[in-house]
Amino acid sequence: MNIVGKSRNLAARIARTSSFRLTILAVLSAMVVGAFIIILSDVDKLKSGDIVGAIQTVGSAYWALVIGSVGSLRAISATINSATPLILCGVSVAIAFKAGLFNIGATGQMLAGGMTSLWVGFSMNGPGIIQVPLAILAGAIGGAVFGAIPGILKARTGAHEVITTIMLNNMAAFMVLWLLKTNLFQRAERTDPISKVVTASGHLPRLFGFISDRPDLIAHAGFVVAILAVIIYWWFLQRTTAGFEFRSLGLNADASQYAGMHIKRLTVMAMMFAGAFAGLAGAAEVLGTYGYASQNFAGNIGFDAIAIALLGRSTPLGTLFAALLFGALQAGGRQMQANTDVPIDLIVVLRALIVMFIAAPLLIKAIWRIKVAPSSTGQTFRGWGS
Amino acid sequence: MSAVDTVVVPLISAEQKKRSRNVGLTFVFLGIVSGVFLAGRPGDAGFKLLDSFTFVIPSQPFARALAVVLIALGAAQLVKGFGDWTNVVLGIATASFVIGFLAWAASGGSFSFTGMLQDTVTRSVPIILGAIAGILCERSGVINIAIEGQLLGAAFAGAVVGSILGPWMGILAAMAMGVALSAILAVFAIKYRVDQVIVGFAINFFALGLTSFLASRVLTTHPEYNILTPFKPIALPLLSDIPVLGVALFTQTLFVYFAFIAVGIATWSLYHTKWGLRTRAIGEYPKAAGTLGVDVIKLRYRNVLIAGAVAGVGGAWWPIGIVGRFDQNITNGRGFIALAAVIFGRWKPLGALSAALVFGLAEAMQLKMSNLNTGIPSEFLLMAPYLVTLIVVAGFVGRSRGPKAAGQPYDAQ
Amino acid sequence: MQLELRGITKRFPGVVANDNVNLTLNTGEVLSLIGENGAGKSTLMNVLYGMYKADEGQILVDDSPVVFTSPADAIDAGIGMVHQHFMLVPVFTVAENVVLGVEPTGRLGSLDIDKAREMVREVSDRYNLNLDPDAIVEDLPVGVQQRVEIVKVLLRDAKVVVFDEPTAVLTPKEIIEFFEIVKTLIAAGRGVVFITHKLKEALNIADRIAVLRRGQVVGEVDPKLATESQIAEMMVGRPVQLVVDKKPHAPGDVVLEVKNMSVVDAEGRTMVDSVSFSVRAGEVVGIAGVQGNGQTELVEALTGLRHSTRGQILLDRKDITSATPRERHSSGIAHIPEDRQRQGLVGGLSVAENLVLTRYHDDEFSHGVVMDWPAAHKAAEILISEYDIRTPSADIAVSTLSGGNQQKVIVARELSRTLRLSIASQPTRGVDVGSIEYIHSRIIKERDAGTAVLIVSTELEEVMSLSDRLLVMFRGKIVAELDPKVTSAMDIGLYMAGSRPSASVNA
Repeated sequence: MNIVGKSRNLAARIARTSSFRLTILAVLSAMVVGAFIIILSDVDKLKSGDIVGAIQTVGSAYWALVIGSVGSLRAISATINSATPLILCGVSVAIAFKAGLFNIGATGQMLAGGMTSLWVGFSMNGPGIIQVPLAILAGAIGGAVFGAIPGILKARTGAHEVITTIMLNNMAAFMVLWLLKTNLFQRAERTDPISKVVTASGHLPRLFGFISDRPDLIAHAGFVVAILAVIIYWWFLQRTTAGFEFRSLGLNADASQYAGMHIKRLTVMAMMFAGAFAGLAGAAEVLGTYGYASQNFAGNIGFDAIAIALLGRSTPLGTLFAALLFGALQAGGRQMQANTDVPIDLIVVLRALIVMFIAAPLLIKAIWRIKVAPSSTGQTFRGWGS
Repeated sequence: MSAVDTVVVPLISAEQKKRSRNVGLTFVFLGIVSGVFLAGRPGDAGFKLLDSFTFVIPSQPFARALAVVLIALGAAQLVKGFGDWTNVVLGIATASFVIGFLAWAASGGSFSFTGMLQDTVTRSVPIILGAIAGILCERSGVINIAIEGQLLGAAFAGAVVGSILGPWMGILAAMAMGVALSAILAVFAIKYRVDQVIVGFAINFFALGLTSFLASRVLTTHPEYNILTPFKPIALPLLSDIPVLGVALFTQTLFVYFAFIAVGIATWSLYHTKWGLRTRAIGEYPKAAGTLGVDVIKLRYRNVLIAGAVAGVGGAWWPIGIVGRFDQNITNGRGFIALAAVIFGRWKPLGALSAALVFGLAEAMQLKMSNLNTGIPSEFLLMAPYLVTLIVVAGFVGRSRGPKAAGQPYDAQ
Repeated sequence: MQLELRGITKRFPGVVANDNVNLTLNTGEVLSLIGENGAGKSTLMNVLYGMYKADEGQILVDDSPVVFTSPADAIDAGIGMVHQHFMLVPVFTVAENVVLGVEPTGRLGSLDIDKAREMVREVSDRYNLNLDPDAIVEDLPVGVQQRVEIVKVLLRDAKVVVFDEPTAVLTPKEIIEFFEIVKTLIAAGRGVVFITHKLKEALNIADRIAVLRRGQVVGEVDPKLATESQIAEMMVGRPVQLVVDKKPHAPGDVVLEVKNMSVVDAEGRTMVDSVSFSVRAGEVVGIAGVQGNGQTELVEALTGLRHSTRGQILLDRKDITSATPRERHSSGIAHIPEDRQRQGLVGGLSVAENLVLTRYHDDEFSHGVVMDWPAAHKAAEILISEYDIRTPSADIAVSTLSGGNQQKVIVARELSRTLRLSIASQPTRGVDVGSIEYIHSRIIKERDAGTAVLIVSTELEEVMSLSDRLLVMFRGKIVAELDPKVTSAMDIGLYMAGSRPSASVNA
């Protein structure tokens, strides 16, 4: 769609405006509910009747969120770092959504990519200019191969990707646990599941490395990879033939088949690409943030990624911003836990609330009494048989 | 035209042919594994059945005999097929393979087989109840991905209220929590027409976050809110005297008995009552029911809420049925296994029961295996149920026939 | 009983579906409601049946107003409805479907299935409908399924039965049987409302005809006095050409040749049974038949969407039996699919994107991996003006266009290339009468330009007037090859039902 066409599309403009407003309102609503949760869970203060104190906790908690995410160069650095894997996994889920597939397997794909990039990371010893890109590539390949599995299963047997990816996530977690205890991967002097260290030349360079004496600015070049990924995603979707096929498939599989598109091939391709992006997230974490792999280095990112893709309507820019938001919440959450006694788990609750509010624009409309376009997410799940 | 008009008789579909071929291949594969791998350890395996009696199986001969039988069965299945007996044969073959596996793992030693069976049944409880909740929702046309969140939230509520007010109040609180989370699913899915998988995940997130948050914030500083005595197993008179099975099936906590009863009630209700007919109708073709005056929306709400209560009891199993406390993420994915059991069991309560028992067995085996000296890393055993589900869904369920209208909001206008 | 709709108005966003409609119906008579697609017939009946709530107006039963909040109320008041798309749960048995909502119960709310079976048999026998209560509905032929719907309605003691497009899926013989059932219902003291767009049938069976256009009742006619063209004019608002003008055809070489082709579906059923025929350049071959006799599968095999299990397909003497859909497309085959929303268009993509949906991979529009959108856009603009597609821009979603314009997008896309063979499935289904004329003329234009045209349609009139040669399909076989100029509709109907005309002369 050219620019002229876009601006002529009045309806779309209105929808975008109100969906931006919707996002803001959803976040605000979530924060309000979160505030209530903080207050009501403060058992001690409530018991002693200290309502003011309980409310003050909310204030300091939310303030900590802000300064912990954007209040200092250190905070911004932390936000960038938290956002990097989220951006990549967000794109992973988004690109699958565009093709009509529900990729819940970003966690497993990230683990797979992380392990393959780790192997390159500790097996090679420079030069960095070759090793780093090679390791990143390995991460993408590892993720792509792992992502291809549910794609192939769906194409050949019709097994729905929701179930297969959930199963594969668990299997990947156990595989990683086992691998980290094998001689190949396990660190020499250790008995716990922790991997060998990535060699010095294999690390992703730090973004703020030019500022001397600030080792606490941990943001690394994985962020650059993430931004590049978003650009590639946009270019792929809007400018390539395959991207057009993905979009068509995701909107109407029957018509796409009638138009001669190879549905099975596209299904596998979409899952492979999704896996590749998530694999890059694994590479970023292993090569940049940690420098090694331990048991759960992907955490529960798969579900976060779904929330991000939803928030961002699976568009490149939207996914990027949603991921930055979540990254900010994560970085800020650590500060919040440090400053107050509000545990970081509140962030998980906030995320869930944001998703629920985003997914129910009619609910927001009822609460805040504004005009909103009906269900902006629409149906992504079409039943087990499809 | 003639009397009863010509009905098109469906022949064997390509799907069915593929499925029966896969069953045959499975038999052959299991047979090969048995012959090559399981026959690798000399020694006798002791299956302790009663305090006084240990059934000894010589590991190698058994494995070899098993290999022959399985390959023969596989050949028979591929050539001719067992028709209606297929499921029975599959069940017996799988059971024999499992025994062969146990014989291999325990060769040279012994373990309590009865104890393992008892564990199996115990551990499958939350999965059974979660699966029934899932079946209730899906049969009514609402996808329930939030089983995990419901179990977790209910476990928390059961632990806390149970510690303060006793286990029975704890169970009630757990049910209430299950209903509350179900209500969120119901309202968002039915009234606001949100994508049901998304709401499901949001609820899971929400439950995980909230329970972990509260556990950190409140329970660490107030451990008195998180300690209670779980139910003890109750031996049913007469039935529990049956050797082996009496211990496995009839010396269990009330949770287990409830789970069995729930399966029975669910099966009977779904297929033999007015409620069941209407429920199945609104899951397959709600418009048809709507045009006949069935209140689709109200029935969906009711069923989803009832499912929440059932899941609530399932969640209460952790604090009140076995552990006596709540730990962060204590459910650890069992809700998704319950979902897999729903699909595995083809949306039928009895099917889900068998799936749940398979998962329970895997867990029980893994516990026992860590005591025995096998070469297999525990991670692979833990992985087994997921791998099995993957294979079953891909090879045997495939383009599954779930309730046709599941996932689609109803447009009453 | 007298049923009256007074001043019914129903609005949807952007459209007034029913505008101050006044209608009465008495038991003992057949009222036919005629209108084209979108005239508001179904909406009106849904209001009557309690599915929709009218914005204004009243429903009166025997002169007292009633309020229907749900179909349950309408059923209680004695109104029964047989929908166009059957409201039957496919996996349930006949008995289960019939008693849903009024289930006979035993103890503890248990379902008394034996009583249900008995109830079904009783009504079925009384009206001579011959139903087996234990048959699974999805295995039943469509004509039988309709009878299940009728039993459903009669079981609930309906005094007025509304039929929405009941004959769309019936063979001519089944249609006659259906009319017998209607007569039985009238004789038993019921009233019947018969919604249709088929003028001949309405004139045949109705006691009164009411014509709906754009949500309003434009008049009532007496079927004994009115003519088809009169009613058609009322339906559309202007004189309508019901028969297509075409000059005699001059067929050229054989373009499409099908030799002994069979198609077996996933369940092992033979849908197309050793079919052979050919289509020449410059001729229109029509395939007539009731829905479900293999036409859909035949077209799918010809377009490459389905594998044929046996036989050959030759295009200009080249064997394309195993060619992919894309390869066939490039060889000059165009396909206008049956279901435009599901098969022909991707609603969420723009008009321009849809106009290149089947050709985006051509060198003209894509270079290697990358798409050339400016080129695609230019081509789209040309097509939009050439085919008079009414759209504010080429970049809005195609789903916002009207049905007729959507069909034009498909026609533009398919027919704007040089073609050897054009396959059109149900080309005017769900299209308003005005656009029907346009599409028919386009098809004839193709034929005159030398393309071979294959039309598959369940509308006998359409396929008779367009075709130069007519084939009839029944149970997967071609059972007749006829000249539509000299064969009567009744004879063709007999072939469609699997029999043959008794006389040796086709008159």
